[in-house]
Amino acid sequence: MMHQTPLKIAVASGKGGTGKTTVATSLALSLAKNLTETVMFLDCDVEAPNAHLFLKPEFSDQKQVEVLIPRVNETLCTHCGKCTEVCQFQAIAVLGQRTLVFPQLCHGCGSCTMICPTNAIQENPKSIGILQKGKAEQIEFARGVMDIGEPMAVPIIRQLKKWVKSTPSQITIVDSPPGTACPVVESMRGSDFILLVTEPTPFGLHDLRLAHQVAKELNIPTGLIINRDNGEFKELDNYCKAENLPVFLRIPFQRTIAEGIANGHTLVDILPETILSFQEICQTIRNIVK
Amino acid sequence: MKLFLTTTGPDLHSELDPRFGRCAYLLLIDSETLEFQSFPNPSSSVSGGAGIKTAQFVADLKPDTVISGDFGPNAASALRSANIPMYLYGDCKTVEDVVRRLNSNSLKRF
Ligand code: SF4
Ligand code: SF4
Repeated sequence: MMHQTPLKIAVASGKGGTGKTTVATSLALSLAKNLTETVMFLDCDVEAPNAHLFLKPEFSDQKQVEVLIPRVNETLCTHCGKCTEVCQFQAIAVLGQRTLVFPQLCHGCGSCTMICPTNAIQENPKSIGILQKGKAEQIEFARGVMDIGEPMAVPIIRQLKKWVKSTPSQITIVDSPPGTACPVVESMRGSDFILLVTEPTPFGLHDLRLAHQVAKELNIPTGLIINRDNGEFKELDNYCKAENLPVFLRIPFQRTIAEGIANGHTLVDILPETILSFQEICQTIRNIVK
Repeated sequence: MKLFLTTTGPDLHSELDPRFGRCAYLLLIDSETLEFQSFPNPSSSVSGGAGIKTAQFVADLKPDTVISGDFGPNAASALRSANIPMYLYGDCKTVEDVVRRLNSNSLKRF
């Protein structure tokens, strides 16, 4: 068999609860059946990671994620306001005779420290989450988990992506966070393909449009999987046609599937015939990104 | 007394704007003479930390007090650091109401 180039697929949806994780985990399991390729699963939904519930990995390695938060020495600070001007996140402010840091908004970029003319700023590490990796049978599994109350998902995702570079795999499946904000963009960045998951409802279509827009801005090719399909919502098909968005799979609306997933089973357990579908999807994606 | 008030428009007939960090305009009003200056909120284009940026803008102009519908936690701690007392306009409907209530000391302290 020809040696394949590495492929990275991000699985995303404009909102939560569309079956994104179901698709991502089932895709990974299906591809892992082909023992000649190594599969890595990255759970980038760092705010509410749940792929481990389906893949049941055993973690063997762990790492703290820290950002460097500035601290202002008031005796050296002249309240010149240069740090405030350079900060893109309004995380540092000069208020009369005090310079205040807002750690919850700070991204630890270091710009304020660099620009301060009096060296009044020191940096202290602050933990914002952890990274974990291990194995779920043949699948290499890694995830980031954000500390409770820490709003800083992007640095965790960025460091997660960097951390797993030491475990090269032929296929990487990224489970993106729901939504269309910065963490989603960060998780998609660097992927070869974005697999969107939606439901055939007006809300589903609305969120799909937003997620699709993000993918287009990143200039990454996309395909769609429709979950809980009853074949009745024509607007979705019209959208796909108008946008040239290929539909790879329609997962039918069935009670057995919903119940199985609620009990922690993956789609490939419940409907083993989907293994083949997911393997074909991967082949189609390879042909598209080639 | 010099007060800052958040409004949806640039003059004394404008409606009040309840969102401190996301207000459209800030009026700097002299409560005795009703002379005023208006400023578009400098935070209109920032995605996060709007309250802090607005608070810093307000603090730079050293008002005696700042009045809005509500203050977010970051804006509140910034204004507190700058020692600017915050008041809520409550059920006031117009700029005039607010100034009258401030002069008669009947606004609620935040
Ligand atoms: S740049 Fe330095 S000196 Fe200027 S206000 Fe910021 S901390 Fe103070
Ligand atoms: S480290 Fe960056 S984000 Fe944090 S306060 Fe300084 S300039 Fe702002």
